Amino acid sequence: MWKYDPVLFSRVLTELTLTFHIIYATIGVGVPLMIAIAQWVGIRKNDEHYILLARRWTRGFVVTVAVGVVTGTAIGLQLSLLWPNFMQLAGQVISLPLFMETFAFFLEAIFLGIYLYTWDRFENQKKHLLLLIPVAIGSSASAMFITMVNAFMNTPQGFELKNGVITNIEPLVAMFNPATPTKVAHVLATAYMTCAFVLASIAAWHLMRGNRHIYHKKALYLTMKTALIFSLASALVGDLSGKFLAEYQPEKLAAAEWHFETSTHAPLVLFGMLDENNNIKNALIIPNALSILAHNHPAAEVKGLNEFPKEETPPLYIHYLFDLMVTLGVFLTVVAAVYWLGKIFKWKFVAKKWFFGLLVASGPLSMLAIEAGWYLAEVGRQPWILRGYMKTAEAATSSAHVDTMLILFSILYLILGIASAAVLINMFRKNPVERELAERSGQQEVMAE
Amino acid sequence: MTLEIVGISVLWLFLFGYVIVASIDFGAGFFSAYSDFAKKKHILHKIIQRYLSPVWEVTNVFLVFFFVGIVGFFPKTAYYYGSILLVPASIAIVLLAIRGSYYAFHTYGGTERNWYLLAYGLTGLFIPASLSIVLTISEGGFVEKSGETLTLLYKELFVSPLTWSIVLLSITSVLYISATFLTYYANEAGDMQARELLRKYALSWSGPTILSALLIIYQLRHHNPEHYSNMFNIAWMFAISCLFFVLTVYLLWKKRHFGWAFISLLLQYAFAFYAYGISHYPYLLYPYLTIYDGFTNQAMAIALIIAFIAGFLLLIPSLYLLMRLFLFNKKYVKGQL
Repeated sequence: MWKYDPVLFSRVLTELTLTFHIIYATIGVGVPLMIAIAQWVGIRKNDEHYILLARRWTRGFVVTVAVGVVTGTAIGLQLSLLWPNFMQLAGQVISLPLFMETFAFFLEAIFLGIYLYTWDRFENQKKHLLLLIPVAIGSSASAMFITMVNAFMNTPQGFELKNGVITNIEPLVAMFNPATPTKVAHVLATAYMTCAFVLASIAAWHLMRGNRHIYHKKALYLTMKTALIFSLASALVGDLSGKFLAEYQPEKLAAAEWHFETSTHAPLVLFGMLDENNNIKNALIIPNALSILAHNHPAAEVKGLNEFPKEETPPLYIHYLFDLMVTLGVFLTVVAAVYWLGKIFKWKFVAKKWFFGLLVASGPLSMLAIEAGWYLAEVGRQPWILRGYMKTAEAATSSAHVDTMLILFSILYLILGIASAAVLINMFRKNPVERELAERSGQQEVMAE
Repeated sequence: MTLEIVGISVLWLFLFGYVIVASIDFGAGFFSAYSDFAKKKHILHKIIQRYLSPVWEVTNVFLVFFFVGIVGFFPKTAYYYGSILLVPASIAIVLLAIRGSYYAFHTYGGTERNWYLLAYGLTGLFIPASLSIVLTISEGGFVEKSGETLTLLYKELFVSPLTWSIVLLSITSVLYISATFLTYYANEAGDMQARELLRKYALSWSGPTILSALLIIYQLRHHNPEHYSNMFNIAWMFAISCLFFVLTVYLLWKKRHFGWAFISLLLQYAFAFYAYGISHYPYLLYPYLTIYDGFTNQAMAIALIIAFIAGFLLLIPSLYLLMRLFLFNKKYVKGQL
């Protein structure tokens, strides 16, 4: 018999909202930085192409911001609507960064409004660029504050829980919990990386289709170089995240790595399958690598999953999420490095159609890695919502109708997703670069006369 | 003054800010859509577009600020309201999502879809209606508590005259506040044709707002006698509110000082809004939750207040800049920038 389970539906609805929101949120965090870089380069080199690049990215950006804002509002409310027990408990300790996030968002919203409508109001372009700084700071700070809340869910501290009553609350200690540094750094670096790849995809798309306008070449070079820098940063932070997990959330690392017995010289398991007795088959095994990832030493001891009570360990399929995230991350870093080296040493194949095709795929693949990473982070924390204090099942609402709301929001996200993509495609197809460049140079000639 | 009072006063201020800013936005959207269907697009469209463009995103933040703040200061509201508001709040989210995204798609993407425009205009009325339900629920009588489970009584809520009176007030207020502001704005822009049309709208929606407010007070007498008698203790605040109402209507009627007319309207709503809030004290949700048993701990409260002051110091100059560059910039308002 089918039975209505509000916990299950609350989880699915939250997953759905986050899966959708994270796409727009990532764009919201990374693209302002990319716009700032392009505008800065444009001013420095006095190159109209980069200025136009910044202008066009901005126009696309506002469409994604709108969806980010409305889905962000949705998840903000859903936290209380779907997880009232969790918010009642955690709200007492971790509401400070949530509250500060609204200020960061406020700042971003105000200055984005100003930035958008003042392109031609300033004689000095640098003044206009200055307006973008609060936007970039606001959006990155938003991401930081929200990630602090998520970090707190993984390694809660800054309070004492006695008989269901919370005492000795220290809001700053809760904010700066052990998971905060690596998580915040990882979220920001990967957001910048992903946005660089997404924008590179667009330029590569035009080049692949045979449009060899210098505008697209400049765009591709700028975005790929940025992508390479942030890919390397992400890899570095990813390594630190491994060390953080080994220290503070060993069960998450062990489950992601299918590392069952505590051992020294622990190997890193990639891909593969598990049989019914949890024996690993067909996997790629790299000796000592897990010990290095966890403790920077090939002989170091890594805690195995069997050390933990079975009902307190995450599901083992997170291994595949980990593999997906890492494989994509490494692959994209290599692609960016090959492109960059190819440009320096003038390798012919980096201007071949198939290589552009690869670059077109880089944006979507990077976004996929973001999704896999968040699923790994969230599913890897199960069964806890607040690790060690509250299980997900205890936190959910007992309301009826969560299933109906799931349908309602599925339809909403479907419409928003299709509509935002259609609007973006339409917007740029109606107004191709060549035409806009011609119009702008025409305008300038008129002004010069 | 206790921390509880400081907390709720700050939140109430932001909610008031949202009511005003959002009303202007919702009403402007409705008038814009309506003018399209009533073939008066050429009169209103430009003036409304100039106002709306730079500020739409800021409006939304006021709401986010309120609900994040209330969970911060009063974590138990997450439990009480979170448990019962699933359906009404989800509907409001969907409407807000349609509205926010339409605005961006339309303005920046240049999409022209008639059915979407209609939906946009209507959300301007449905959103305030759906959000106002929360005020109705807060009056008590619509929530059943058995053990730890809270249930919203949909049927009682739907057939209650109080619900519909509050919905009526929210919709008429949206149109009245918005029309009064836009009258001022059109006057500043020197667009007399738009000003006259909007002035007519403002005057015709002024009466219904007062009638629906009186209707609510009458309903409360039966529905929540405690709140009703509290309201009488601060009747002077409602009286001042009424005086400002008369002043606004007078100025609009005489076509004088539209800026002052709007300020007088702000004072009218501020007095009524605060009088309502004060008489609601100490309950957040009759009869289950007061601001005292729902309050967070001392440490968090102080941290939040410090964050609030710091944030406010950051926002005030930013908002000032926004207003100087757009809303109160003569050249921008007149369309010369």
